[in-house]
Amino acid sequence: MYLEDIVKALNLRVVSGEERLSADVLGGYVGDLLSDVMANSKEGDLWITRQIHQNIVAVASLKDHAGIILIQGCEPAADTLDKARKEGIPIMVTDMPGFEVIGRVYNMLATKKGPDPST
Amino acid sequence: MTLREIKDLLDAEVLVGYDQLDKEIKTAFGADLMSDVLAFAKAGSLLLTGLTNPQVIRTSDVLDIAAIIMVRGKRPSPETLRLAEELLIPVLTTKYILFETAGKLYAKGIVGCMERVDDERAFT
Amino acid sequence: MAAWKGLTTNVLSHEPAIYENSFPVEGGTYENAGHVSSQIKALLKRMKISKEVVRRAALVTYESEINICSYARSGKIVLRVTPEHVMIEAIDEGQGIVDIELAMQEGYSTATDRIREMGFGAGMGLCNIKNFSDFFRITSEIGKGTHLKMVIRIDKDFDGI
Repeated sequence: MYLEDIVKALNLRVVSGEERLSADVLGGYVGDLLSDVMANSKEGDLWITRQIHQNIVAVASLKDHAGIILIQGCEPAADTLDKARKEGIPIMVTDMPGFEVIGRVYNMLATKKGPDPST
Repeated sequence: MTLREIKDLLDAEVLVGYDQLDKEIKTAFGADLMSDVLAFAKAGSLLLTGLTNPQVIRTSDVLDIAAIIMVRGKRPSPETLRLAEELLIPVLTTKYILFETAGKLYAKGIVGCMERVDDERAFT
Repeated sequence: MAAWKGLTTNVLSHEPAIYENSFPVEGGTYENAGHVSSQIKALLKRMKISKEVVRRAALVTYESEINICSYARSGKIVLRVTPEHVMIEAIDEGQGIVDIELAMQEGYSTATDRIREMGFGAGMGLCNIKNFSDFFRITSEIGKGTHLKMVIRIDKDFDGI
C-alpha cells in the first residue's frame, strides 16, 4: 500500500514531504507519547498522532516511518513544519477524529494484506 | 455492540466489571492524552488508551465513559484497579496495539467522536 | 490581571445558595488527584441536576484539580450551587502564572515530563475549562497563587431543582 493511496482515499492534506508519497506503508501506529512510539512503532509504519511539536519529526525520522498523520484538525507547529520539509518527512493533516482515521487506514491495510494482519 | 462482543473481538481480558458486559457501545475514543479525552470523548464511549495510571479512571468517571480498554497488553497497578472497582468502571486489557484495536472496532461499526463535546451543548 | 469569558459582573452574588462547601486539594502530588472531582460529581448527581451540566461541572473541576496537583503547593475547590448556576472556584497557593494570555493558548504548557506521563500537560487544560464553562475568570499573582472561577448555567427546562 502506497502512502499516496491512503492520502487520496482519506482526502488528507499533505503539508510536507510531498516527494515521498510513493513510500510503502507497512503498518500503522497510534500514539501521543513519544517514548511509547519510539519503543514500539516499526519501520514503514504510518504514525497517527495529535502531537504537533518538532520532536515528532525526529521520532518519525529515527524510526523510518512512512509518514505522520495529524488528526482532529491539529496543525504542525512552525518549527515542526520547517524540520519536516528539510528532512523530507511526509506530514498529512485531517479534521477527522483519530478513531475514524485509524479505522480507515487499518481497513485499507487489512484488505491489502488479507483479512487479519494482526495474527 | 455489547462489551462482551468487544471483549471477544479483541481477545481481551476483563480486569474489572464482569457484571457490566451487556453494556451497549456505539462510540469510541482512542488517546494517550487525558485532556484530549476530556475535550472530545462523548458520554457512553469506549476509551482506548495506552495509559494505566489512576487518572485514566478519574477521567473516565468524570466523562461517564462506558468502559476502558488498555492496549498493548498493558496492566494497571492495583491502585488503578481499586479505583475502577470503587467507581464501577469496567477495565479490559488486550494484547493488540491501539492501531489494531481501533481498526477492528471500526470495522464492526463503532464510530469515533466527531466534534468537540462542548459544541453539542443544549444551550449556548 | 484577569481574563474573562462571558459576564463581567458577579452573576452569583445575589442568588441564595442551595449548597456551598469547600474541598481541600493537596498540591505537588497525584496521590488523590481527581478525588474532589468525583465527590463533587456525586453530589451534583444527587441534586438531580441534568447529566450534561454535571458532566461539564465535573470536567472543569477535574482539570482545575489536576492543575493544583501539578503546579501548586496547596489549594482548595469551592462549590456553590444556586437554583440557576453551578459555580466552581479553584484557589491555590503556588507559583502563579506569569503570562495568562500565553497560558490560555491551546498547546502552550510548562508541564514537566512527570505531568506528561500522566497524560496531561498538552496545553489544553485551561482551554477545556474555558470551553466547558459558561462564565470563566482567571486571576493570578506571581509567587502567591492562581484563582479560577467557573460558572455553569443550569437549564431549568431540563433540571428539576
